[in-house]
Amino acid sequence: MEKVQMNKKQEVEKMTDIISKFITLVSYKLPKDVETKLKELSAEETNPLAKIIYETMEENQKLASELKRPSCQDTGVLQYFVKCGDNFPLIGQLDNILKQSVYKSTKETPLRHNSVETFDEYNTGENIGNGSPSIFWEIEEDSDKVEIYTYMAGGGCTLPGTATVLMPGEGYEGVVKFVLDRMTTYGLNACPPLLVGVGIGTSVETAAMNSKKALMRPVGSKNTNENAAKMEKLLEDGINAIGLGPQGLKGSKSLMGVNVVNTARHPSTIGVAINTGCWSHRRGKITFDANLNYEIGTHEGVTL
Amino acid sequence: MRKKVLTTPIKDEDLKDIRTGDLIYLTGTLVTCRDVAHRRLIEKGVPLPVDLKGNAIFHAGPIVRDNGNENYEIVSVGPTTSMRMEKFEKEFIAETGVKVIVGKGGMGKNTEEGCREHKALHVVFPAGNAVLAATKVERIKEVHWKDLGMPESLWVCEVKEFGPLIVSIDTEGSNVFEQNKVEFNKKKEEQYELISKQVGFIN
Ligand code: SF4
Repeated sequence: MEKVQMNKKQEVEKMTDIISKFITLVSYKLPKDVETKLKELSAEETNPLAKIIYETMEENQKLASELKRPSCQDTGVLQYFVKCGDNFPLIGQLDNILKQSVYKSTKETPLRHNSVETFDEYNTGENIGNGSPSIFWEIEEDSDKVEIYTYMAGGGCTLPGTATVLMPGEGYEGVVKFVLDRMTTYGLNACPPLLVGVGIGTSVETAAMNSKKALMRPVGSKNTNENAAKMEKLLEDGINAIGLGPQGLKGSKSLMGVNVVNTARHPSTIGVAINTGCWSHRRGKITFDANLNYEIGTHEGVTL
Repeated sequence: MRKKVLTTPIKDEDLKDIRTGDLIYLTGTLVTCRDVAHRRLIEKGVPLPVDLKGNAIFHAGPIVRDNGNENYEIVSVGPTTSMRMEKFEKEFIAETGVKVIVGKGGMGKNTEEGCREHKALHVVFPAGNAVLAATKVERIKEVHWKDLGMPESLWVCEVKEFGPLIVSIDTEGSNVFEQNKVEFNKKKEEQYELISKQVGFIN
C-alpha cells in the first residue's frame, strides 16, 4: 500500500515537472504552424513599415529562444484544454498537477504575476489563484492517455473575448457583422496579425467555449462543414481586405486566419462569440501515455 | 518612410521634419511612466521626481531583476495600451516638457493637441517584442516611486537605438490611427455588403 502511494507521489512530481517545463517552452517559442504562417505573411508583405514590424517580431522570437525569456511580457492567465482518457492513471490528480505546474514555471521562467483575487483585490504574487489557471475538461472513453493544450496570451487580446445571442432572423449575416465590427474596434489593438476564433452555438457560454476551442485548431486548418469552411474563408478574405496590418498600422494582410467551431443551436437562437488570438499565439499541445511518456505535437525539434 | 535616430535631450527643431509614419530610434533617457504616475502628477499635483524635459517616456510595466545594491536589470519590457493615459497626456506634456511618448495603439484628441502645442511625438513600439526591447536598455540609471510596485515605478532607463518606433502623432497633431480608422470603417462596410450576400444558410 505504502509503495503504491509513493509511486503515485513520484508520478505526480514527474508530470508536474514536465508540464512546468513545457509551459516555459511555450512562453518563449511559438508553435510551428504560427512560425510558418508569420514567415509567409512577412514574405508577402509589401508595406515597408509593416515589413519592419515583421522583422522586429522575427528578431524578438530569435532572442527569446536564445535567452529563454518570455517573448512577450504579458504571459497571460494559463488556460488548459484537457482531453483525458477515463483510464489515465493520474486522472484524479490532474487538476492539481496543472495548477502546480503554473506555479513552478512562474518561479523558474519567470512568468508575470497575473492572478488577482476578485473583491479582495490583491495579486496573489504566485500567478495562481481561485480558479486560476483555467482548466477545461473532456473525458475520453476507453483510453489511458491524456491530451493537454496550454494557451498563454494576455489581457489585451484573447481574454476579453465577446459573445452575444442573435435572433435567427439576423441569420449568419448577423454573425458576419458581429465579427467585422469587433475587428475595427477591438482587433486593431489586439496585436494583429490575428488568429480569429469564432464560436457558433446555442447560448453565450457554448459559443464562447467554441470560440476558444477554435483557437486551439492549427493555423490553416479548415472546418469540416462545407458552409462553415466557406464562412471561414469569406471572413478571412474580408478582414484582410480591411487592411489593418501588423499592429493595426496598415498592411497587406491582417490575419493568420479565421477558425470556426460550431455546435447545434435552439431553433430560436444563434449564439456567436469571438476570441482574438494575437500574433504571439503561445499555444502548445502535449500528450502523455499511462507511463508518462510524452509527445509534443506543436513544436518541432525541442527538448524540455 | 524615413529612418532617424533621436538623442536626448531632444529639442523642438529635432522634431520639426518628423511626420506620422516615419521610423525613429531613440538613444538616451527613457522613463517608464504609466497610469498611476500620470494620475499622481496631474490629479494629485505631486511633482515627478525625474526631470523629463527633452526626454522620453514609455507606457510600460517591465519585469525587472533585482541584483541587490540598487542594481537592477530589465528582463522583459513592452508597451501597454496608450489610450488609458489619454485623459492626462495633454497636461502631462505641458507640465513636464516630455518630447517623445512611446506606447501601444493610438491616442486621441487631447494628445494631438498636446503634441501640436508643445512640440512632442507619440510613437508606437511594436507590442509583443519584449525581449528585443529589453536588450536595447543599456542600464537602469535610477528608480523612483517604488511604493507603486514593479510595473508602476518610474524606471529611468538608458537606451541605445531603442526601436523601431513608428510615429503615430507628430508635432502638427496629425494622427495616423485616427486617419486609418476612417479608412478601415469604410472598407469594413464594403466587406459586410459583399460577404452578407453569400451566407444565407438559413432557408
Ligand atoms: S496582445 Fe499578445 S503580443 Fe500583444 S501585448 Fe498582449 S499578449 Fe503580448
